[in-house]
Amino acid sequence: MSIAQKPNYLDSELGIKSWLTTLDHKRIGIMYLLVICVFFIVGGSMAALIRAELLTPKGDLLTSDAYNKAFTIHGVTLVFWVLIPAVPAVLGNFCLPLMIGARDVAFPRLNLLSWYVFTIGGVFGIMAVIFGGIDTGWTFYTPYSTSFSHTSVVLAVTAVFITGFSSIMTGLNFIVTIHKMRAPGMTWFRLPLFVWANYATSLIMVLATPVIAITVFLVGLEKVAHIGIFDPALGGDPILFQHMFWFYSHPAVYIMILPPMGVISEIVACFCRKRIFGYEFVAYSSLAIAIIGFIVWAHHLFTSGLSTYSAMVFSFLTFLVAIPSAVKVFNWTATFYKGEIHFESPMYFAIGFIGLFLIGGLTGLFLASLGTDIHFQDTYFVVAHFHYVMVGSAIMGFLGGLHFWWPKITGKLYAEGLARWAAVIIFLGFNFTFFPQFILGYLGMPRRYHSYSDEFQVLHVCSSLGATVLGFGYILTFCYLLYSVKFGAKAPKNPWGAKGFEWVTDSPPPTDNFDFKPVMREEAYAYKPDYEAPEVVHERA
Amino acid sequence: MSAHEQELHLGHQFEDLKQQIESYTIGMWIFLVTEVMFFGGLFTAYIIYRAKFPEGWVHGHHHLDWRLGGLNTLILLTSSLTMALAVRAAMLNKWKPQVLFLVCTVLLAFGFMIVKYFEYSKKFREHIVPGPLFAHKDDPGQELFMGLYFALTGLHGFHVLIGILVISAITIRTINMRRMRQDFIPVELVGLYWHFVDIVWIFLYPLLYLISK
Ligand SMILES: [Cu+2]
Repeated sequence: MSIAQKPNYLDSELGIKSWLTTLDHKRIGIMYLLVICVFFIVGGSMAALIRAELLTPKGDLLTSDAYNKAFTIHGVTLVFWVLIPAVPAVLGNFCLPLMIGARDVAFPRLNLLSWYVFTIGGVFGIMAVIFGGIDTGWTFYTPYSTSFSHTSVVLAVTAVFITGFSSIMTGLNFIVTIHKMRAPGMTWFRLPLFVWANYATSLIMVLATPVIAITVFLVGLEKVAHIGIFDPALGGDPILFQHMFWFYSHPAVYIMILPPMGVISEIVACFCRKRIFGYEFVAYSSLAIAIIGFIVWAHHLFTSGLSTYSAMVFSFLTFLVAIPSAVKVFNWTATFYKGEIHFESPMYFAIGFIGLFLIGGLTGLFLASLGTDIHFQDTYFVVAHFHYVMVGSAIMGFLGGLHFWWPKITGKLYAEGLARWAAVIIFLGFNFTFFPQFILGYLGMPRRYHSYSDEFQVLHVCSSLGATVLGFGYILTFCYLLYSVKFGAKAPKNPWGAKGFEWVTDSPPPTDNFDFKPVMREEAYAYKPDYEAPEVVHERA
Repeated sequence: MSAHEQELHLGHQFEDLKQQIESYTIGMWIFLVTEVMFFGGLFTAYIIYRAKFPEGWVHGHHHLDWRLGGLNTLILLTSSLTMALAVRAAMLNKWKPQVLFLVCTVLLAFGFMIVKYFEYSKKFREHIVPGPLFAHKDDPGQELFMGLYFALTGLHGFHVLIGILVISAITIRTINMRRMRQDFIPVELVGLYWHFVDIVWIFLYPLLYLISK
């Protein structure tokens, strides 16, 4: 190349130290991605162990104690260090300031601090795994966790406690950033829907995370100082733990799923070359999910002695969540109608997301109904349901977003053909893994057992084979993405022909995000000419 | 933008001071909301167990000395006043009274912790700390009350300690930057935090010390 290249955020400063002290939201997003990958490998290998054990009806590969630890470590690591931070802390961190036309988040130092807190919490988590593991299940139910388990419960809850603060910091940062850092002309109803989704998510992070913090703090205190709040022997009530735990952990599911929903809105709009159908409804549905999500927690306690009337109220409220969720699905599909549809890899992931979310969401209704829930409680039906939402959909959305913004993040193009295959493999592998589990649950196979009766074996073998395909899909994705960083072709500014501020700046963007002063002069997703022509004012060039 | 304002530090991510001030202010309020949720979990436990063990609560509160609690209430309320005066001095850009009032606030906060120390150590001596050695093992309500007492006041005391650190830091900053025109926003935000810590105590004092049949 004849002219020297402009420095971008990746090469403006080099060396480990420049990364560890960076205040750049884009670099912090990538640092989050690296830590998340480590935990994905830990949690994923536990899943492999679990699926290998379940190939045969006898508990032969793992002892029941080892099996308890395997699924606990699987759940804890993947929930707290992968699913919760994946989209907001990686893609949100990277894209949100770019999308609203800001140079950075409102509090860059706090942003870096959140990464350190997250990583330190992660180190505690790893220590809990090394020093004896933990066998309570990711839910830490009392009084088992406080009075009976002899594993590293204290280390694990300390890890969750610490990590919670990184979530709070990210949420706080995003809320202030979205309120105060928007470029001129970027009104609330011109915001990309990914920003709306992250706004709703941040509200949950800020309001719910402190409650899990105090809850696990009390578990730790109970374990160390015996204050008795959850201990029936001391007059305490273990059910109170369930209430407090689910007050966070139900909304936490929306921390995992709302941001991927935002990603899907971006991808669907871009690859249909069309404004999202019913933009305002989709925006408000994120807020509605966040708000209703706070008043449904007791649906996890239908079989824990909840009174009939509270159970009916919570069942009804849980059904309400279906409305805003369905609004999203209907509006995405309506966007396809008369759209100029381009089938490129992010779109594959987005369509996969819609399919998996549909199944995951609808099976949730079985569990919201009081009668059926009693049959399905603690069976593989529940396992399949929440994996469809928290893993299938959330990871599909995360990968979709990662593929969509990868050229922007790295400045490189990945192997498009392989990416399409990966999306298909992951979709099929996922369904093969978890669909049989619905049937298993329906037939009465309880969760969290390493041995089972012979009649379940066929379905378990299906599930384990599916998991192998799924694992292969993830590994394939990991390989070609990593390959593209080194050997990929250089990405243009806007490889997809997408709308939005992030696509008018360079790939990868400069440290300050824009070489010009972005001004929003059109509606969001103005793909069709009936909106004003796009315009960017170059003032700082 | 006036020449004065140019001296104030503007973060690279912000366009102007107004945006910076508003961002920090909203950020602080959101932080306080998270604090409310944090203490909220414990207050919920308090309400539930008070309804479950009304007797234990009455017996439990006899272990607490309402005079010492009242003294601490007085100390914290006064410290809120000195904090407010420090913020006012900062707004008027008078660094000397500002430092004076901040130091008063820190001293009062220490006073609070000293009273708390005497209260706690008395309870350890008398074995009314939850655990195997608890003196009234026959009454689970009392033990739960004391458990919540330590959890609530311990967490509150931790917030007082953080307050001491932050207010000291802001005092040193004020002294170092005395020759410059200063931004009063940091003092104001620390003040907000301190008033929050005060308000939590205003709830804790009657809920823990002033229980009657
Ligand atoms: Cu739930």
